[in-house]
Amino acid sequence: MISRVARRRLQSHVMTGLTVVAALLALLPLFAIFADLVVKGASSLTWDFFVKNPPAAGATGGGVANAIVGTLLVVGVGSLIGLPIGVGAGVYLSEYPDTAFAKAVRFIADVLNGTPSVIAGIFVWTWVVRPMGHFSGFSGGVALAVLMLPMVTRTTEEMVRLVPNSLREAALALGYPRWRTTLGVMVRTAWPGILTGGLVAIARIAGETAPLLFTTLGNLNFKTDLMQPMQTLSLQIYVFATSPFVAWHRLAWGAALVLMGMVLLIGLGARWVTRSRMTRG
Amino acid sequence: MAAGVGGTTGAGRGDTVFRILLTGLAAAIPLVFLALVAQLAWSSWPSIKAFGFRFLTSGTWDPVAGEFGAGPMIFGTLYSSLIALLLAVPLAIGVAIFLTEFAPLWLRRPVGTLVELLAAIPSVVYGLWGIFVLIPLLRTYAIPPLQAALGWTPLFSGTFYGSSMLAAGIILAVMILPYISSVSREVLAAVPPSQREAALALGATRWEAVWSAVLPYARPGLVGAVVLGLGRALGETMAVVMVIGNRHDLSVSLIEPGYTMAAVIANEFNEAAGLQRAALFEIGLVLFAVTLAVNALARFLVWRVARDSAAGSKAL
Repeated sequence: MISRVARRRLQSHVMTGLTVVAALLALLPLFAIFADLVVKGASSLTWDFFVKNPPAAGATGGGVANAIVGTLLVVGVGSLIGLPIGVGAGVYLSEYPDTAFAKAVRFIADVLNGTPSVIAGIFVWTWVVRPMGHFSGFSGGVALAVLMLPMVTRTTEEMVRLVPNSLREAALALGYPRWRTTLGVMVRTAWPGILTGGLVAIARIAGETAPLLFTTLGNLNFKTDLMQPMQTLSLQIYVFATSPFVAWHRLAWGAALVLMGMVLLIGLGARWVTRSRMTRG
Repeated sequence: MAAGVGGTTGAGRGDTVFRILLTGLAAAIPLVFLALVAQLAWSSWPSIKAFGFRFLTSGTWDPVAGEFGAGPMIFGTLYSSLIALLLAVPLAIGVAIFLTEFAPLWLRRPVGTLVELLAAIPSVVYGLWGIFVLIPLLRTYAIPPLQAALGWTPLFSGTFYGSSMLAAGIILAVMILPYISSVSREVLAAVPPSQREAALALGATRWEAVWSAVLPYARPGLVGAVVLGLGRALGETMAVVMVIGNRHDLSVSLIEPGYTMAAVIANEFNEAAGLQRAALFEIGLVLFAVTLAVNALARFLVWRVARDSAAGSKAL
């Protein structure tokens, strides 16, 4: 017979142990995926991988130069459209937080944030691809911008709101007009945070695939013309992984390793920006 | 905050221009939203007119005859998300409890960061891993014993070809785990320490304090975290399209292929025309409406517990 207290203590230890097991089980797929990416992807990372285009179906060799350049271009277009609008909208929300319009914008931004990315794809197909008459890297950038916009808006708003109001009052008391107070004091103080939010959003869209299926479409050739169908790493991984060719499977793993590396690097950059703000502040 | 200050200083023109400019940029968001809703409704109109409510239940998908129904895809979306929740929720809440209640302080940040790193992995990479690692693992180690023991139930009947509802459910579980656990963590952290302390002071063990004081207080927020995970799972596209098998049949068997709403759009949109394209738009419209409702519910629930912390807005 164990006493009631001992039993309760035992139960507490068992349940604590189970939460440890949950944590270990949650980390298992993370380590498994990273290990597989390195093991299966690293052997593909030759010089050719970065400077050559994919081989014909069934052939060996080649690389994903077209997809690397395409990813940078499409994500670049998305960022050029999404970041300025998102930051501006976020500054609006933080500066005029209680207007009915601001409340509506905030709510809709959150709704859009939860919208499946494939829907952004068919949306941009209808408004950009169909009127233009053809698939293009540019339309993919627009789709990514649609995904970025609400994320950047909300993080920008939060970052500007973190700036103490006393700074604003000091600037206004010195006779600064409202717009200079906002830009020169509030946004400037919050800038590292805004930048971090922007980088996190870029990292998120860099791996997006579904909205690009109906916009950039993909292209086995090297293209820098944004008005042409274009390849991205994510599209290339999808097409190659679902193909029956072993050589393409190898390239898919290599492309996945490169894409994951890009996403992690941007994420690290975001952390670094935040940290440098903390030590400086 | 400082509303009205700009007007009283008489700084005038600059401020007016600035405000108009910012308002214009902010207006982009409702504009995108309205354009999206209008376009989805407009583009799916031929399908709505042709099939009515039958569209939501019919299992026919016949481009040649021009007859379309989304029943199997709606079922597959709900079914795969349910599997994902069953697998992910105990783990995610366990992780959240471990990280907020039991883990040594030095361990909380690194483990929390690592779990959230799961959310940084692109969907298509999950799909790749699913095809070449998870499905072979299932084929070798999981399916034979499962079929031997449970093959007589409808859940494990049929033939396992690899791509299956089970594979999709597992991948989705891994993908939504970081979202559920991070919101759960925020919710648990927002429970006032006095709740814990009162239970402990009454002689509760650490687990009893969690079970009888912390979890009941946090319950609506935890439910919100789970509903948020559901919203993610419902709309997930690439990983699912790569491992679920993409078959227009309705089957409760876990080891047989299925289809989801997001997957059918990704798979068939570029080849579709006319009524089939309208049907795909209608599936998009349904998916959009469902995720919107689910996310609104999640936000409301998390907000009820953590309205003073940053949890709601940060995670949603």
